[in-house]
Amino acid sequence: MKKNLIRSYVAIFVATLSVVACTKKEDNSNKILLGEYGSMTGEVANFGQSTHKGITLAQEQYNAAGGFNGKQVEVKLYDDQSKPEEAANTVTKLITQDNVVAVIGEVASSLSLVAADVAMRNKTPMLSPSSTNPDVTKKGEYIFRICFIDPFQGEVMAKFAGQNLHAKTAAIFRDVKQDYSVGLADFFKKAFEAHGGKILIDTAYQSKDSDFKAQLTEIKAKNPDVIFIPGYYNDVGLIAQQARSIGIKQPLLGGDGWDSQDLVKVGGAALENTYFSDHYAPDTTEPTAVKFIASYKAKYGNETPDAMAALGYDAFFVMMDAIKRAKSVSREDIKNALAQTKDFQGVTGKTTINAERNAVKSAVVLVVKDGKPKYFATVEP
Amino acid sequence: MSVTQKSYFTWSIAIFLGVLFSEVLYPGLNGYYQGILMVAGVNIMLATSLTLINGFTGQFSLGHAGFMAVGGYTCASLTIYLLPKLGLSPLGIGFFYAAALIAGGIVSGICGYLVGLPSLRLKGDYLAIVTLGFGEIIRVIFLNVDAIGGARGLTGIQNFTNQRWIVACTLICCFIMFRILGTNQGRGMQAVREDEVAAEAMGVNTTSTKVGAFVMSSFFAGVTGGLYAHYYGYLNPSTFGFMKSFEVIVIIVLGGLGSVSGSILAAIALTILPEALRPLQEITKVDFRMILYSLVLILFMLLKPNGLLGRHEISYYWKKFRRSKT
Amino acid sequence: MTEFIQHIVNGLSFGAIYALIALGYTMVYGILQFINFAHGDIFMIGAYIGYYAGNALGLNDHPSIWGFFVVLLLSMVTSGVIGFLVEFLAYRPLRKAPRINVLITAVGVSLFFEFGAQMLFGANPKAFPHLVDVSKSFYIGGVQIDSMELVVFTVTILLMLALEFVLYRTKVGKAMRAVSHDHNVALLLGIPVNMIISITFVLGSAMAAAAGILVGMSYPKLEPLMGVMFGLKAFVAAVFGGIGNVRGAVVGALIMGVSEQLIVSYGVPTFRDAFAFALLIVVLIFRPKGLFGKTLAEKV
Repeated sequence: MKKNLIRSYVAIFVATLSVVACTKKEDNSNKILLGEYGSMTGEVANFGQSTHKGITLAQEQYNAAGGFNGKQVEVKLYDDQSKPEEAANTVTKLITQDNVVAVIGEVASSLSLVAADVAMRNKTPMLSPSSTNPDVTKKGEYIFRICFIDPFQGEVMAKFAGQNLHAKTAAIFRDVKQDYSVGLADFFKKAFEAHGGKILIDTAYQSKDSDFKAQLTEIKAKNPDVIFIPGYYNDVGLIAQQARSIGIKQPLLGGDGWDSQDLVKVGGAALENTYFSDHYAPDTTEPTAVKFIASYKAKYGNETPDAMAALGYDAFFVMMDAIKRAKSVSREDIKNALAQTKDFQGVTGKTTINAERNAVKSAVVLVVKDGKPKYFATVEP
Repeated sequence: MSVTQKSYFTWSIAIFLGVLFSEVLYPGLNGYYQGILMVAGVNIMLATSLTLINGFTGQFSLGHAGFMAVGGYTCASLTIYLLPKLGLSPLGIGFFYAAALIAGGIVSGICGYLVGLPSLRLKGDYLAIVTLGFGEIIRVIFLNVDAIGGARGLTGIQNFTNQRWIVACTLICCFIMFRILGTNQGRGMQAVREDEVAAEAMGVNTTSTKVGAFVMSSFFAGVTGGLYAHYYGYLNPSTFGFMKSFEVIVIIVLGGLGSVSGSILAAIALTILPEALRPLQEITKVDFRMILYSLVLILFMLLKPNGLLGRHEISYYWKKFRRSKT
Repeated sequence: MTEFIQHIVNGLSFGAIYALIALGYTMVYGILQFINFAHGDIFMIGAYIGYYAGNALGLNDHPSIWGFFVVLLLSMVTSGVIGFLVEFLAYRPLRKAPRINVLITAVGVSLFFEFGAQMLFGANPKAFPHLVDVSKSFYIGGVQIDSMELVVFTVTILLMLALEFVLYRTKVGKAMRAVSHDHNVALLLGIPVNMIISITFVLGSAMAAAAGILVGMSYPKLEPLMGVMFGLKAFVAAVFGGIGNVRGAVVGALIMGVSEQLIVSYGVPTFRDAFAFALLIVVLIFRPKGLFGKTLAEKV
């Protein structure tokens, strides 16, 4: 009874020692190793998987074109299961064990926030493809992103509702379970009211709910000009269907969380007359994007890339662009080069990193027409 | 050596090893292994504290993550909102942090008291459901309170937790869990587990025993929550879902219900196992880990249902082993 | 007032789906006294089978009522088989083990299904095919009733009547009730207890699969984790009605569906899940065996 504790501690020691014994640092002299952490499983797995597809495509194209000074680029991927503590563990592993030069990830801001701490502590540059929460890059000088941030997106949709749709009143239907949705809803509210509009009702649901009729009935009774639903596409499809079925005819608005080819699959005809802001338009004519879409479709069985894939693709090339300009793979140099990224032409438009390490770039507004999201307008920052 | 002397001896060695570990071995480790060990410490505390309810007292709690969340949020709110106003010296901050951890534990203990109360009326599965419900309610409340971040999570928590805090708290927690079995309260718990009616007939106050187990267990879960919050620097309500509670239950069941050393071993093993399986993912390209984990769980239940150590402590097997040799 | 009645109607149709799932929980609990955590995932698998079957039959482009029945039957039968296998492989060997071990095994099975489904079906949500044309709505005094809601009510009522018939009018049902009273005595009376337990699982799983199809049609979005919340709520409903009691489960599920709808409309919408559990705790504290459960005297 009394000796057991010693033995448990001996067990810990043996475990650690054996772990230490098999520690080996990767030899990265003849290749460049980037780290990627993302949700391959768990709640937001769909976004992580899309991003990974984009990154993989970019990496293959880059290596096929000769790589960096004859060195091939490898991307080491770990699954963080959409859990904050797993994100911290995997990024620690990428940085301290696999010895990557820089990290790409995550989509969900809550996971990026935790990982950003780890990256800061280890002085390793981290580039988030699509975390739109402003707090992420505030973590410090090593944290960058290549997408626009929520205040801008909220502003875009508020302006769009006022100017293009002539809306004076709006309803907000937010997803309280997702940090993304709550943040975007707040910024939309602020911007819409600043432009003289009025929010009639601000109600909420939780992702994975399947019945929204009760809240929608309430919204319908207030009769707003537009309804802003800053949720993720998997819920939006159902919300749109139920909204139309109880007779809501107003335009529905949303953010980049709507972007997925599955949106229309679930929502169907109910999504006509809906608009959402996004990072790029799938029917764009911009050459880089056209080339990307064609090669993506060729690689992944005719699947149309969503914004997550496009941002993953861009993130990889922005990173390689920085490494090229840095002419070195030291973390410090890459960080400095990333901060100086200017007018980088990617799939999602021209990227410039500003002093807050956020990307300054334009957003597009898409409209769903004949079962497909189509380009509607571009909003410059 | 007398039993007391032996015990002093054991614990002084344990403390010595703890100091050795946190001061010599830990700083030399690679950051990744440091991370795993910190998580292992957190899991040991969660598991041993849950052993008190599920192992010793024979009640069934499915809401341990909820208690952890209460403690974590309380402690983090204190260090975020109160600490900057005090303008303390570094040593003062250390004391404040310790006090905040204890405060988190106390608030969590109060919740434990509230949840423990229905256990006077409810038995077995029903109690499990109430604790599960409690965990869910806590999660939803944190999700809806904007002052502590809501769905966005609580950010801006300073990384106070280092290996010294973890080692010290783990040692204290384990010490109490080992020692409590010898006390009146601990014997009462075991009596309640074996037969509640008989225990009552023997003069055990089953009510206060059960509620006491809940309070103490949730106190330690709360402290662990505080450590957890100040290790990752971030709290999100979705972390403290049903799955988290379940992970702890899996640990104590695999270790052997009612065996503290079993829980400790299982906590370590189950922290390392998913990490050790990570390379597998590079070979298969798909993440089989969780599937494998669930299969291991099922097979374990089918083939070795009493867990690693059963109800005994590791010393029991050690003695048996030595006796068999002579 | 119409709005209130509207919420009640919507709530009842939601409750009807809970009821189908809750039946599986309550039947298994009645017989084995354990919470089959994997039940919610059987529901999910049932929905996915419907998805693949519906698409294979090309029902999305040519909806037909016969196609619907074929898909429903197919899904119920397949899920029944899966339920049987789960019981046979995972639970049967543990018949004599402590209850907590069975509970843990159940959660293990549940995790296995969830992560297996993520791998097999993909994490992306799938759009459930239109099995029958349900685009029409009816109005009764301003209250809107979708034809989908009618389908839900009809299928649920038919299945419940069938279950009632099996439980109270057949020998198998009698045996089931006997086993739920006392395994050993049932065994002495020559009832094949193991077979009866298997049948219980098959029936419960088939009901869950039917609920899966109905949910797929009403809310055409399938996800590997969809069973978790539905399962938990249905389980709460079963406890609420008095677990082990078939009629109680149905009543509990309906009350649960309606009150959930009301709390969302007139209360705080985001406390939907918390409310379900709060209600449960209150009921359990004041009526520990649920609304219709029998209170047994403690054996000393």
